[in-house]
Parts: sequence; structure tokens; C-alpha cells
Amino acid sequence: MALSHLQRLEAEAIHILREAVAETERPVMLYSAGKDSSVLLHLARKAFHPAPPPFPLLHVDTMWKFRDMYALRDRAAAEAGMELIVHRNPEAEARGINPIDHGSSLHTQAWKTDGLKQALDQHGFDAAFGGARRDEERVRAKERIFSFRSAGHRWDPKKQRPELWRLYNARKAKGESFRVFPISNWTELDVWHYVEAEEIEVSSLYFAAPRPVIARGGTILMVDDERLKLRPREQVEERSVRFRTLGCYPLSGAVESAAKTIPELIEEMRRDRMSERQGRLIDRDGAASMERKKREGYF
Amino acid sequence: MEKTLLRFITCGSVDDGKSSLLGRLLYETGSAFEDELALVEGDLSRLVDGLEAEREQGITIDVAYRFFATDKRKFIVADAPGHEQYTRNLVTGASTADLALVLLDARKGVLIQTRRHAFLCRLLGVRRLVLLVNKMDLIGYDQAEYDRFVADFREVAEEFTAIPVSALAGDNVTTRSERTPWYDGPTLLELLETVAPEEDRSAAAPFRLPVQSVSRPDQDFRGFAGLVAAGTVRRGDAVRVMPAATAARVETILVGFDEPDEASAGQSVTLAFDREVDCSRGDVIAAEPLPEVADQFEATLIWMAEEELVPGRQYALKLGTQSALATIQPPKYEIDVTSFEHAAVRTLALNGIGVADLWTDRPLVFAPYRENRELGGFILIDRVTNDTVAAGLIGYALRRSQNIHAQELDVTREARAALKGQQPRLLWFTGLSGAGKSTIANLVEKKLLARGRHSFMLDGDNVRLGLNRDLGFTDADRAENIRRVGETARLMLDAGLIVLAAFISPFRAERRMVRAMLPEGEFMEIFVDVPLAEAERRDPKGLYAKARDGRIPNFTGIGSPYEPPEQPEIRIDTTEMSPEEAAELIVRTVIGQQR
Repeated sequence: MALSHLQRLEAEAIHILREAVAETERPVMLYSAGKDSSVLLHLARKAFHPAPPPFPLLHVDTMWKFRDMYALRDRAAAEAGMELIVHRNPEAEARGINPIDHGSSLHTQAWKTDGLKQALDQHGFDAAFGGARRDEERVRAKERIFSFRSAGHRWDPKKQRPELWRLYNARKAKGESFRVFPISNWTELDVWHYVEAEEIEVSSLYFAAPRPVIARGGTILMVDDERLKLRPREQVEERSVRFRTLGCYPLSGAVESAAKTIPELIEEMRRDRMSERQGRLIDRDGAASMERKKREGYF
Repeated sequence: MEKTLLRFITCGSVDDGKSSLLGRLLYETGSAFEDELALVEGDLSRLVDGLEAEREQGITIDVAYRFFATDKRKFIVADAPGHEQYTRNLVTGASTADLALVLLDARKGVLIQTRRHAFLCRLLGVRRLVLLVNKMDLIGYDQAEYDRFVADFREVAEEFTAIPVSALAGDNVTTRSERTPWYDGPTLLELLETVAPEEDRSAAAPFRLPVQSVSRPDQDFRGFAGLVAAGTVRRGDAVRVMPAATAARVETILVGFDEPDEASAGQSVTLAFDREVDCSRGDVIAAEPLPEVADQFEATLIWMAEEELVPGRQYALKLGTQSALATIQPPKYEIDVTSFEHAAVRTLALNGIGVADLWTDRPLVFAPYRENRELGGFILIDRVTNDTVAAGLIGYALRRSQNIHAQELDVTREARAALKGQQPRLLWFTGLSGAGKSTIANLVEKKLLARGRHSFMLDGDNVRLGLNRDLGFTDADRAENIRRVGETARLMLDAGLIVLAAFISPFRAERRMVRAMLPEGEFMEIFVDVPLAEAERRDPKGLYAKARDGRIPNFTGIGSPYEPPEQPEIRIDTTEMSPEEAAELIVRTVIGQQR
């Protein structure tokens, strides 16, 4: 019996989750309420069934996620029977850093990159699972599954440990850590096929629905709450849109769509053939911005 | 829509057109996105570019993983560069590949690089080789030339499939080319869609499950989790837990939330048995015929670190889910990856491939690499830097390790020690030459004797006059010197003695090796600490003066480093303590530990 590609990808991800738990002291799973997080959480539950996953979930909050994502987050953690840690960078909070006044770059640095480092240090986590995939971005294509980070959380693309067979070298000195990416070898399409086959709950924002939106700088933004102040001549209108990727709502571009189911959504991807990062405003900060962000400790 | 999965590796020299080929496969299968295509302005090779540094140099510097899919299959491509550090990267990519694409430039033919790539892929057990003669458009689709390259390549590999292609023009990549009417084989994509993946092959082999972890959610359930490395398991099967060979029967098979009747190679499972058995991470659950167990092997090593192999040093070894300490013997030979000839060597450097014996500190459940990658492939890790320094392929177990079992002795070490009324200890004095190690050790031994303790002193200089007369002062010889002293001391501890060893022993790795040879708590590291300037001022044997004149190479502190202990059991500051005071402190500590 030949295994299907989804069976193989699932088996590999479960193997990685179990290895990291066996070889590190205090693992944690990063959870953002996006589709990759949903898949990762599902895989973790399968990996350790009938026990619950032996680690907590960590949400590095930015205060600007879609309301629907916060609701899903709390529901998913409760259903999995896992502890949920929510971290908000106190300094960013005190200084009121936000994507609208400060721009995507500073907002992301303060809330996400610095926030993540703070949370990992504060709780002494030495391994953090993330849902990043190698197909998302060209720099990620070279990152290891067990990605070594120095005591300052820095990633050095030139000093990566070779990964042969299914052998992961998880040895480290005090203060050093790993980011572990169980779905490295999945593509966006694999994720959707898996979500469909396993009936995993994902945010409704991925599916088309009439939503209040504005057009700004060539991007369609959803007005998720009153904090998104309208500029002169901007008007809120209702359009049928969905999101390829989800982050902070003022930084996530929507696409006009009628796709209400996963097969419709896959069909639309096939037709448009635009990459998912195209909707992420934070990746437009320069050609090598992702590599720089990653060196500094961004996921 | 069920797809299967195939992993393959692409190898080629810098300008063979590897990036163009991958770019074309991504493009033609609809796996490249429009916005990405817009960015590369029609140059498909730029679709697979990577890190900042590479863009500057125009070359790929690491293994990158790419993905594309057709209706039948998903492909994971290890894109390994043919440039710097090629061996390390290629070996990494080939370790999981079902198939290898070897590219060559039709204007250049079979190059040294081509031979290397083919050799390495075969060494790593990639069974299917595909020779892609690229840039056929630049030689006018000349069949005679093509046939010549295929014949040349046959000298490197016996079995392979050859395809004439042009990655740039698209000939025979995904569609059959009208410009090569003389070629009647499959297109590259047709071939990739029909080759059987490695794991389907191993599903028919005897069942092997390396145990990753034990799941104990409650009193009633005890499951053993892992990814099936070979074979198929069915509910009710009789299995054994290796290396102990404890028998059990499989009662439950869990794959995720499901409880299927069987599971096979490549699946992540949790098994529960019909009885309570001792089974933990590192054990292998196996069906008959049982796998081999041994602690001495001959293996092929592929060295991946800047720092050379130090024969005699202990490295951490990972094989499947098993971890051990391995001592590597001096290599028997190195293999030249272009001429395939064997050369005598003393060590292995970065990208070196050689064959050596190795001993592990505990028996390993294994299979020869050619039979099973998961149970025959291992990595070596430097215990100080924690870097992965080598990949290893087990050839076979040395006969003597399978047939010679440690002699069980009726009189135990505990009995011998009890007769002497003491706890065996190894007092290991380390420090610079002239620190006062031997002086203090001598005083300690006198005091122990006076208190009725049985002891023996191993002195660095004396040992080098006899047991270790054949060793010099290279890093490798120093490591072997310490290993032999450690083994000798271990025998003496088995005899119940308190052993004093005074050795410069400059490297942490070697001191740690001796510590690891002994039962927990019996190794006491005593750091006789003296500033280098002070040791040089004392210079009782006139050695520092000679070393400064260049007459003693590799002298510790001058031409060779001293790595001070990080957490010694006892530290003696010789600038503050007299030898007499130091000896008294040590004796009190040792006696204090005696019951």
C-alpha cells in the first residue's frame, strides 16, 4: 500500500514534534490562529494522542489581530486541553506602538520580534514550534527543520547544522534554543488539502463573505474595528472578500473572491496563481527584508 | 485526489543549468506564482535563488528545498550546489532522496564534478540515477554527441536513465521534443511521476520501529511512539524489544486518532503491548528476523566540519533514536571521490570521506546502511561545540564485538572495594606543566597511606616511558594517551583502589571521555590552577624555555592551548595555597566521601 503525500507529510511532522519533545527541556508551540497554526495544533494532538500535547501554546499578541482570530484562538486552546500563554510586549504597549502611526516595520519589530524573544526568555522555553513552510519565502527554503538560535535568538544562515535522514541534532548550551518547523516541507496547497481531509477548523476569514472594506494604496483592507481611521475620500463599502494569509488586520490585504469552500478556494488559487505573501504588507519592506528579520530573531 | 510523494536531489556544476531546470519544472507544473514570475523578468533560474550572500556571488551556497506537484505526485527537491562545500551539501540532500538528477552541460560532457556527484549519490544509497544531458539546443540536438556522453557516464554508474534536455528551451522536460526524434524514452516529468519511492520498497522488509518516546496518559495505557523504519506491523504480531530482545505482542496500533489493523514503513505510530515490558527511547521494536546488536563497527565517515577528526576522541553519536558515545579509530583509508582510489591518512578533514572502525559505549541496534538508511546512518556531534561534524554509514559490525562478551566476574568490584574498606576514586590532577600536579599528588598519596587507604599513582611522565612510549604530542596522540590512561585507571578502580593520575590533559573533551568511562561520582577532577606566567617563572624542568625557543612544538600553554575545567570537583589555587595545604584539602574531601 503506497502512502499518499499527505500521509507522508503528516508522519514526518509528527516525528519531528515527538523528536523535539524528547530532546529538549521546555518546548512551546507558537500559535497565531492562522491556518498553519491550526494544522500544527491538529498534528500535535495526533502526535501525542491519547495524551494531550505536553507543552503550552504561546500567542505573541500584537493587539491588532482580527477579532475572529482571537475567538478561534481561545476556542482551539480550550478544545485541545492546553495551557494558552498570551504575551504582549509591555514596552510596545506602554509606547502605544501600532501599525497605523508607526508603520508595519516598527510595529512588527516591537510586537512580534521583540515580543517573541521576551516571551521565550521569560518562560525559559528552549524549543519553539512554528508553522513556517519552506515554500512561503525563498529564504525559508534553506532553513533547517531544527533551526539553531544563539543565546540572543539570532539565526546565522552560514552556520546551520546539516540535517541528514531523520536525524536532528538538538544539542545546545545554556541559553541557546531551537525554532522547530514540523511543516517545513508542506506547501500552501498541501495545507488546504489537509485542512479539508481532516476537517480542521480554520478562521472563517479565509473564505469569501461580504465584509466592510476600504481600498488604500492598492490594497483592500477590512475595517475590523473603529481603530482604523478613515482618511479623506475613503469610504467603507461592503464587498465579498477573503484572505490568503492572516496577520494584523491593517497589514493584511484582502482579495475579492466568491470562494466559500476549500475546493472553490483551491480552484481560485489555481486560476490566479499569486503567491500568498503578496497580501502581506510586512514583506514589502525591501528585497532582503525577510532574511534580515530572520537573523534578528523574527520567526 | 490521492497523490504520492517523491523526494529527489538535483546535482550539477555551477553552470550546468540546474537553476533553470528547477525553475522550468516549477513553472510548467504551475507551481510558480505570477507575482514571483513578474519579479524574475522571465529568467526562470531566478525563481530558485536564495540568501543575500548568494545573490551577490551569483551562486547557491546551501541545500535548499523546493516543491512542485502534478495531479499524480508531490515532489520535494533537495537543490544541492555543485560548488564550495559540495560534498557536505550533496550528502545532506542525497540522504533522503529516492532519486538523483545528475546534470551535465552538453558542451562540456562528463566532468570531474559529474563523477563526484554520481559517486556520492550512490554512496548515500540513492538507487535511481538520471543523467540529464542539458543544453542540447547548444549542440544542435546532436545524437552522436549525446550517445558519447551516455557511454562516458557508464564508466561512473552502471545503472541509470539518460535524457537529452534543454532546460532553457524546455525540450523533454515536461513535453516530448520534436527536435530529438531519435530519443524514444520518457520525458523527465514522466519519469519522475512513475519511479517507486524508497519507503514503498522497505514496506516489505522485516518490521523495525525505533522508539521515540513512551506515552503514559493514565494508568491503563502505555504506548511506544515512533516512525516505522521498515516493514509492516499488524495487530497481534509477536515482536521483540531490542537490544534486550524482550518478547511482547502488539495489542493496539494507533495512527493519530485512528486504530488501524496494520501500519507500515513511513507512518508515525504508537504501539501498545499485551504485557508490561521495559521499553524506552532508543529501543527498537522488531519482528523476526531480529536486527543485529553490536558496539564495534566499520563505517564510512563523511567529515563535515572545519575542525578535523581527532582519532581516539569521543564524539556523541545519533543513530535513529539511539544516542551513544563513540570513539573513532584512526581511519583505515580515505576515498578519493574522483579517482575512487584509497589513500592512507591519519585523519579526515572537511569533505573528506574515509573508512574507520568505531566503538560505542553501549550496544546499538542497527542494520548495514545499504539495507536500511534509518538504522544504518548516523551523525557524529562534537561534545564541546555541539556541531554536527560527520555523517556515518555503517558497513558491518566487527566480528569480535559480536562474539566477545564482557566476561562476567564472580568477584565484583564492590566486593573488592569493600574488602579494602573504601570507595574507589580516580583523582585526576590537571593543569599546566609546572603547576605542581605531581608534587601535590605525591603528598596526597602519602597521607592516604598514613590513613590506611589503598592507592596507586599514575604519573604522566612515567606512563610515557612505558605504556605510551609509542605516542607523540599531536592532538590525536594526546587523546590516545589519555584514553589509555583512563582505561588503565578503570581497571584499577575495578580492583578497588583510589587512583591518582597527574596529567596535563589540556583538552576538555578527553577529560570528559575519562569521566564517562567511570561510574557516576568516581571521577574527581582536580584543577591545579597556576597562571601561565607563574608556571613559566618556576619552570622546574626547563621546558618552557625550550618551548619559547621553538625546540618543543605543541607545548601546552605555548604552542598548544590549555582548556581549563569548567566545573572541577576541586580547584587548587597554587598562588594562595601551599602544596601541603592543597594535599590536606584533597584528602579531607576524599575521606569525607568514604563511608
